[in-house]
Amino acid sequence: MVSDNLLKIEAKEIGADKTGTNYSIFPRFNELFGASAPNYVDGPVTFLKKGHDILLEGEATKSTNDGAGVTTFAIQPTNFIGMSPIPKVIVSVGDEVKAGDSIFFDKKRPEIQYVAPVSGEVVAINRGAKRSIAEVVILADKEMSYRTFDVPNLEDCSREDLVNFLMSSGAWSFLRQRPFSLVADPIDTPRNIFVSTFDSAPLAPDLNYVIDGNEAAFQKGLEVLGKFAPVHLGLNAKGSEAPHHAFTQVEGVNKNWFHGKHPVGNVGVQIHHTAPITSNSKVWVAGVQDVITIGKLFTEGKFDASRMVAITGAEVETPQYVKTYLGASIEGLVKGNLKPLEEGKSIRFVSGDVLSGKQTSTEGYLGYYDDQVTVLEEGDQYEMFGWLLPLAPRPTISGTFPNGLYPDLKFQANTNTHGEKRAFVVTGQYESVLPMDIYPQHLMKAIITNDFERMEGLGLLELAEEDVALCEFACTSKQPLQSILKQGLDAMRDQ
Amino acid sequence: MSLLKFLKKIEPDKKSSPFLHTLFDGFFTFAYAPDTVTKGGVHIKDGMDLKRLMVHVVLVLQLCYAFGSLNIGHQHFAALGMYPDFLDAFHLKITYGLIQLIPIFVVAHLVGLGIEFWYAAKKGHAIEEGFLVSGALIPLIMPPDVPLIWLALAVAFAVIIGKEAFGGTGMNIFNVALLSRAFIFFAYPTEMAGDTMISGKEVWVSGLEFDAAQLAEGVKQQVSYYHWWSHGVFDNLFSAFGWRTFGEGGVAVADSFTGATPLGLAKTGGWAAVAEVYTPTQMWWGGLPGSIGESCKPFIIVGAAALVAMKVASWRVMVGMIIGCALTGMLMNGFTAGYEDPSLSYLQIPWYYHFYMGSFFFSMAFMATDPVTAASTNRGKWIYGFFIGAVGLIIRVMNPAYPEGWMLAILFMNVFAPLIDHYVLESNMTKRLKRA
Repeated sequence: MVSDNLLKIEAKEIGADKTGTNYSIFPRFNELFGASAPNYVDGPVTFLKKGHDILLEGEATKSTNDGAGVTTFAIQPTNFIGMSPIPKVIVSVGDEVKAGDSIFFDKKRPEIQYVAPVSGEVVAINRGAKRSIAEVVILADKEMSYRTFDVPNLEDCSREDLVNFLMSSGAWSFLRQRPFSLVADPIDTPRNIFVSTFDSAPLAPDLNYVIDGNEAAFQKGLEVLGKFAPVHLGLNAKGSEAPHHAFTQVEGVNKNWFHGKHPVGNVGVQIHHTAPITSNSKVWVAGVQDVITIGKLFTEGKFDASRMVAITGAEVETPQYVKTYLGASIEGLVKGNLKPLEEGKSIRFVSGDVLSGKQTSTEGYLGYYDDQVTVLEEGDQYEMFGWLLPLAPRPTISGTFPNGLYPDLKFQANTNTHGEKRAFVVTGQYESVLPMDIYPQHLMKAIITNDFERMEGLGLLELAEEDVALCEFACTSKQPLQSILKQGLDAMRDQ
Repeated sequence: MSLLKFLKKIEPDKKSSPFLHTLFDGFFTFAYAPDTVTKGGVHIKDGMDLKRLMVHVVLVLQLCYAFGSLNIGHQHFAALGMYPDFLDAFHLKITYGLIQLIPIFVVAHLVGLGIEFWYAAKKGHAIEEGFLVSGALIPLIMPPDVPLIWLALAVAFAVIIGKEAFGGTGMNIFNVALLSRAFIFFAYPTEMAGDTMISGKEVWVSGLEFDAAQLAEGVKQQVSYYHWWSHGVFDNLFSAFGWRTFGEGGVAVADSFTGATPLGLAKTGGWAAVAEVYTPTQMWWGGLPGSIGESCKPFIIVGAAALVAMKVASWRVMVGMIIGCALTGMLMNGFTAGYEDPSLSYLQIPWYYHFYMGSFFFSMAFMATDPVTAASTNRGKWIYGFFIGAVGLIIRVMNPAYPEGWMLAILFMNVFAPLIDHYVLESNMTKRLKRA
C-alpha cells in the first residue's frame, strides 16, 4: 500500500501521469464502476458526467440532396460579433462576382476581407435598422467560377505572408477567438487552436458523414492552423463506432477524447478540460467544415465554401443533408420538404440547433457558422392545467416527468415556454448540465449587477452562449441566460 | 375553446383595476399554462416550471397532512383516556382532526395569499407561486389548537417582513414558514413553551379547557369541549349511521395525562424519563403530541426520498444535516461517557435516539432544503446542512429555554448561507485567477 502510493507520487512528480495511465497496482474506482472507453480510443478519455442529451424527432438520415433548390446565398454582417453595423460594402447591386471575391470589410479592421461564397450576381444589399447592413444577397450561377489565388507555399512562407493571404482570401473569417467569439486578431499569438470533431447538440449533423471525401482538405487545413499554434482535436469516445479516420488518423495535432452528454461537443467545454482559458491568453476555434474550406484553398487554389447542411426537425418531411454553399437561403434548403400545415398551427425556422440557433424565416439565410436548419412547431396554444398534467410528452431534465422510464423516446418539442419568467429559485440546476468548474447562477447574478471583477473571476471568459444554452433550457425560472451572458460578454469586451 | 374565449373576454384591464387583474391572472394561469413562445434565446424550454415544482412539494406533504389530522384526534381522546388504540374510533378522530386543521389551513392561505396578491397588484407583476409551499408547510408546524388570530398575525409577519420586504419570491433570506413559527414562539412564549397550568391555555393537545365551575373554586382541571356548529353537526350525522359520537364534552382528562413531549421529559430526566412514557417504536411511528405534521417519521422519510428522486429537494443538505447531528451527538456522548451526574443525563442520551425525538426529520426534509434560503453551491450545501445539524442539537440539549432547536438553527444558518457561498465562490475565483 505504501509503496503503491510512493509510486503514484513519483509518477506525478515526473509528469508521467498526465496521459492518465494508472501506475498503481489497484484499479481506480472509476475504472471499476464508471463507463469504460471503447476499444477504438487510442488515448486517455475525459469522462464528463454532467449534461443532458435532448432527443428530438426529425434527425437527418444519411442521404444527401444535391441542393438544386437553393438559388440565392447571403452573407450577413450581423453574424460576426464585434463587426461595426455598417461595414464597407465594395460591391453594388448588379455586379458579377466570383466565389472568393471580396464583398465587404469592417472599417475598424480593413485587412480582413469577407468574400462571396458563390459566383453570381449581387441582387440585393438589404439594410436593417439605422441603415445597418443586414445581408448581401447573391443569385448563384449554375456553374461556379472561382477567383484565382496566388497560394503561398506552406513549408517556407513566413507567418506574415500566410496571415495576409488568409485575410485577403476571406478564409480568416473562419478563425474565431475565445473569449468573446470575435473574428481572430492577426497580431495575437494564441496559446492553442481547438477544433471539435463532433456536435452533440440536438439533431446536429454527423460530422463523420460530412467529412467523407474531404479528408485531404481537412488535413491540409489543420496544417495551416498548425502554423499558428498547437492544434487540438476534440474526438467523441461515446459512439458505438469509431470516428471517421479523417479525424483519428490525422497527423501533427493533439487528440483529446471526450465521453459525455451534451454540451460535451461544444468546443468551450473541451477547452476547459484540456487547457482552460486564462485572463491573459487567447484561444482560436474553428469548425470542421470551415477547416475543410481553408484546406481547399491550399489544395485546390480556390475558395470553396461548400457545406453539408442538415435539414432537421419534426416539421420536415424527409430530414436529410443538402450539399450546398455557405449562406444558403432557408427557402431553398427546405423547398418541398415541409410537412403540410394544419389549421391554426405555425412553425419556426431556426438556423442552427434549437438551443443556440437564431430564429429565421423562409426569407432568411443560413448563418455563417451554422450547418443545420431546424424546423419545429410554435407552441402558441394555451394548455389546460399544462403544468400539472402535461398531455403531450416534452423534453425535461426534471424527475417529475416519467421521461426516465423512456430513455430513448424522441420528442416533438414545441416553442412554448412552459411557464413564466420568475426570479432565480432553484439552485444546482445549471451546474448539473454544465460540465465545467463554473458556478453559472452566481455568474449570471454578477453580470446582472455589473460586477466586472466577479464576472471574470467566476469564469465569464471561458463561456460562449452555446455553453449556457442547455442551462437556459433547463432553467425552472425561465430566465434568459444566453442574453444575460451576451450582455456580460459585451460589457467585458468594452472594458 | 369556448371557455377560453369567455375567460379572455371577462379579463379585467390591467391599468384600470390592477388588483382584479392580478387576481384574475393568478387563477387564469393556474388553470391554463400560458401560450407564450420562446424569443431570443433557446427555442425549446424544459417542461418544468415553478408551479410544477411547488405543487410536487405540496403533494408530498399530503401524507403528513393525512397522518396529522388523525393524530390530532387521537391525542385529544388519549388525553381523556378514551380510545387508546390509534385507529380506534377512526371516524371520530379524523373528523376531529380535520375540524381543527381545515380552519388553520384556510386562514394561513387566505392571509398569505391575500398579502401576496396585494403586493403583486401594487408592483404590477404576476402572482408568484412561492407561497404555495410555505402555505402548505405552515399548518404542519403549528400546534393543533393555535388560536386563529395568532396564526393570522404570524403569517402576515412572515410574508410581509420575511418575504415581501426583501423583494418577493426568490429574494428572501429567512425561511418564511419558520418565521411564522418563530413569531408565535416569541410573541406568545408562555402558551407555546411554558406550563399549561400557568399560562391557562393548552395549545399542544386540542379541545381541552379549564372547567369554569371548578376554576371559580380555584381548582385547575382540564376538561374536553365541543362546538355545536362543527362537532354537533357531525354528531347528528354519526348517530344517523349508528356510529359513536363526540358527546357533550366536559369529560375530565385522564390522571396519567401530562401532555409531556419526549423532549420535555428528556430535559428533566434523560433517556430514562423518556423511556418510561414512550417507546422508541412509538416515537418513530408518531402518535405523540406535538406540531401537526412532525410526528410520523416514516411518512416524512418517504416524502423526502420522493423529493430527492424527483430532483426537487437537495440531498446534500439532508445528508449534511444527518451527519452534523450524528457527529455532535456522538461528541456529547463521548464527553459525558461514564459520568453518573444526573444533570448530564440529556447529554448522555445515545446519539441515535436524537433522531427519534422531536421534529428533526421534518425540518431536514422540508425546511432546511428550501432552495432560496439554503446555500446555493453544492459544496456550500454540505457545510450548511452540517452546521444546522450541529447547532440544532446544541440548542436542543444545552439550551434551557427552548425544547427544540431546529427552527432556530435553520434560521441561524439562513443568515450564514450567503457567507458560506461567498467563501466557496472565492476559492473558485482564486483558483481561476491563479491559473494564468
